[in-house]
Amino acid sequence: MALKGNLRDFTISQLLNLIHLARKTGALTVDGPGDKAWAVFREGKLAYARMASEDDSLVGVLHRAKKISKAQYKVLKERAAAMSDKELGILLINANYLTQEDILESLRDAYVGVLERIFPWVEGMFVFEDGAPSLDGKITLKVSLENVIMDASRRLREWEQLQDEIPSLDVALKFADRPGVDLRNVNLSVEEWRVVSYINPKNTLKKIAAATKMNDLEIRRIVYGLLQAGLVEMVRPEGEKIEPRKPQLPVSDPEEQISLVNRIIHRIRSL
Amino acid sequence: MQTVKMVVTGPFNAGKTEFIQTVSEIDVVATERKITSEAERIKETTTVAMDFGRITVDDNLVLYLFGTPGQKRFDFMWEILSEGMLGFIVMVDSTRPETFREARSILETFRAYAPTPYVVAANKQDSPDAWAVDDMRIALRLDPSVKLLPCVALDKESVKNVLLELLYSILEEMEANSRK
Repeated sequence: MALKGNLRDFTISQLLNLIHLARKTGALTVDGPGDKAWAVFREGKLAYARMASEDDSLVGVLHRAKKISKAQYKVLKERAAAMSDKELGILLINANYLTQEDILESLRDAYVGVLERIFPWVEGMFVFEDGAPSLDGKITLKVSLENVIMDASRRLREWEQLQDEIPSLDVALKFADRPGVDLRNVNLSVEEWRVVSYINPKNTLKKIAAATKMNDLEIRRIVYGLLQAGLVEMVRPEGEKIEPRKPQLPVSDPEEQISLVNRIIHRIRSL
Repeated sequence: MQTVKMVVTGPFNAGKTEFIQTVSEIDVVATERKITSEAERIKETTTVAMDFGRITVDDNLVLYLFGTPGQKRFDFMWEILSEGMLGFIVMVDSTRPETFREARSILETFRAYAPTPYVVAANKQDSPDAWAVDDMRIALRLDPSVKLLPCVALDKESVKNVLLELLYSILEEMEANSRK
């Protein structure tokens, strides 16, 4: 089933978070302002990405990564036109022209770069098609989206969006109960570590901001990143007084209340 | 006559009125008005105060279903409607991801008004554009313990299932409280 929507309503970070957490395999097409991006994911990891306006061949990627000169780019484009990226990659490594690390690093930067470039897009349409598309001859990678999401989230500067996401600083944070997520494997900045060190359901965001000497915008920016990466969840601060409104039931005895609900269940079943 | 109430809430055009209409034994007392805002003109009318449906349980007991207005500017009604409710249902349109964030916000607001049991109904699951329930759980950031139920508001069995799941949650909580 395809997921379709508008970026105004469902952001790239939310999409990547969904793909990451649901370990999705499929292709994401984003039709944005002036360009189009296409990215392939396998089990929630980035396998391949390209911008419609750019040469996505290995030669083009290596040239943009300054691993080969313009002259070399032209020669390779002509002579290796019939070769797949995989074949060309092996040829370049065997000829000691480039190392495997050079190639993989360039491709990783290129694929992640596509996601980084579409991250700020707030206008456009997206479609995520389930299932692995054919990538014959292309070199695919397995790039974890956690750090991509974290890095790109840091770039989100729009105060309104952050305020919309975190409308109040009177909430607290707790670590998400997500098996398999190890904080040690996530690249956190010094500021993020400072916030992480204060995460406790007793500490409101306001308290954490005061303790870490951050302003409202800075604390929101960091918490937004942690939330998007699925590492923490917002909770009501411990010890906060709530005035609960109890259900108004026509009977007060617990046994009678249970009986009353059972009568409703029986009636609904018979509808 | 004893009465109890449950509330059906959710964003604009989530299907709250249809949900209540499907099981109510009376014509729903709807307070719908023609939509004036261009941005919200994806249907002709919308609820501006509340919808009101009724299910007679037996000679002594009536269940009322209240639907909240979906448009944000009528949210002053929510607190009034939540007063004394047995539980609540958050309706979400599975085909409109742009409303997921608002649905989450409505859920949080109702939880703050009254920490009673609730379920989330993923409506319009019969549409080819509907998001899968598992994807919606992630997008809505729902804890695994929260019931997120596939729903088609025009289908009686589907609506019954959502109501029953909420009632089971209410019953579980009552039984747990009575054991304390």
